[in-house]
Amino acid sequence: MPSLIDFRRRIRSVKNTQQITKAMKMVSAAKLRRAQEAVLAARPFANMLGEMLGNVARAAAGSDAAKELPLLQQRETIKKAVLVVISADRGLAGAFNSNVNRGAQKFMQDQEGVTFEVESIGKKGRDYFRRRGFTISGDHQNFSRKPVYADVAAVAAKVSERYASGEIDAVYVAYNEFKSVMTQRLKVEQVLPVPLTETADTTEYIYEQPAEVLLASLLPRYVEVELWRSVLESTASEHAARMTAMDAASRNASEVIERVTLQMNRVRQASITREIIEVVSGASALK
Amino acid sequence: MAATFELEVATPDRLIVREQVTDAEAPGRNGYLGILPDHAPLLTELAPGMLSYTVGGAKRSVVVGGGWMEVLPTGVRVLATVAENPNEIDLKRAEAALARAERRLKESGEMDIPRALAAAERARARVAAAATFGR
Repeated sequence: MPSLIDFRRRIRSVKNTQQITKAMKMVSAAKLRRAQEAVLAARPFANMLGEMLGNVARAAAGSDAAKELPLLQQRETIKKAVLVVISADRGLAGAFNSNVNRGAQKFMQDQEGVTFEVESIGKKGRDYFRRRGFTISGDHQNFSRKPVYADVAAVAAKVSERYASGEIDAVYVAYNEFKSVMTQRLKVEQVLPVPLTETADTTEYIYEQPAEVLLASLLPRYVEVELWRSVLESTASEHAARMTAMDAASRNASEVIERVTLQMNRVRQASITREIIEVVSGASALK
Repeated sequence: MAATFELEVATPDRLIVREQVTDAEAPGRNGYLGILPDHAPLLTELAPGMLSYTVGGAKRSVVVGGGWMEVLPTGVRVLATVAENPNEIDLKRAEAALARAERRLKESGEMDIPRALAAAERARARVAAAATFGR
């Protein structure tokens, strides 16, 4: 039978934990708002770039120079590919990290005959894939605290260069898409070769530069923006996941406290009753 | 009321301008381009420089560090690699960057010349904008 002191200790310890989880929830909520704003702010550029690229691609379609562009070339067989895995640097975010890590691993296993390398953004993804013996081609950390465009652009430049040189045949990105605060969904997208969607729009443009020249300058930018968007989405998802997880933890702690308090009171009551019985039976023995 | 068209200027991390303007002037790769309402559709690369436009008679401008411009029947879209309002520019920093870039060009050894040139161009655009529109 645990004593009263044990119960008190237990309650105090759970309360302390609860304070931490509550604080983490607040912090995540604040960060989530900022991350959400960043996602929204980045959207116009990404959308416009996508449309512009589509227009230019249509104009350049058929020209030999455009087919030669390294970032557009489709390889017949994909032997070696890079998967950019965007995870968090820290844990305590519910299923956030395991979601993206497991999804990424499954994606790689599903592609038969392809050797994958992992370009990891975030510490948790790196740890996961290193433990499982994957080749880590790059390791980038501290992106999610405050995403910086130049950092992401550097990763984009690196994979683009490796792709252009023929070292790798495809590049994908795996990240948690921000659906809402409650739901984040794993998404795996192809980054390279750039998947062009030609627009149906038939506006005839005046081109100050030949379309393929424009295309050549737009493509690397597109790769950057794709990764940048993924990083921002993942950041928002991370904070949302952490907030939800910490909210659940705080609520759990309240439940534990309630239960332990109940037990404690029962034990206290039992010992009081026992004492009364002792006193009463002692008194009646004296009669 | 003069005819207007919509001007949008976006950078990878924000939308910096979205306004109904009566005219715009952009630093095209082959020289400055003036855009008036009902301009023919056009696509061009932009050089670092000043993008100025008129909103209700008032002249305004932003500095762009290169990018692309798409003139559509519905409006003008500018995708800038970087863009700043002139009052956000730190003149001292821009001047320092300009001096650094010019020094690099002079010393040039194994330096990356296109990169230094681009940096100098960007810095020059910033300094010019800050000088004309500074507080």
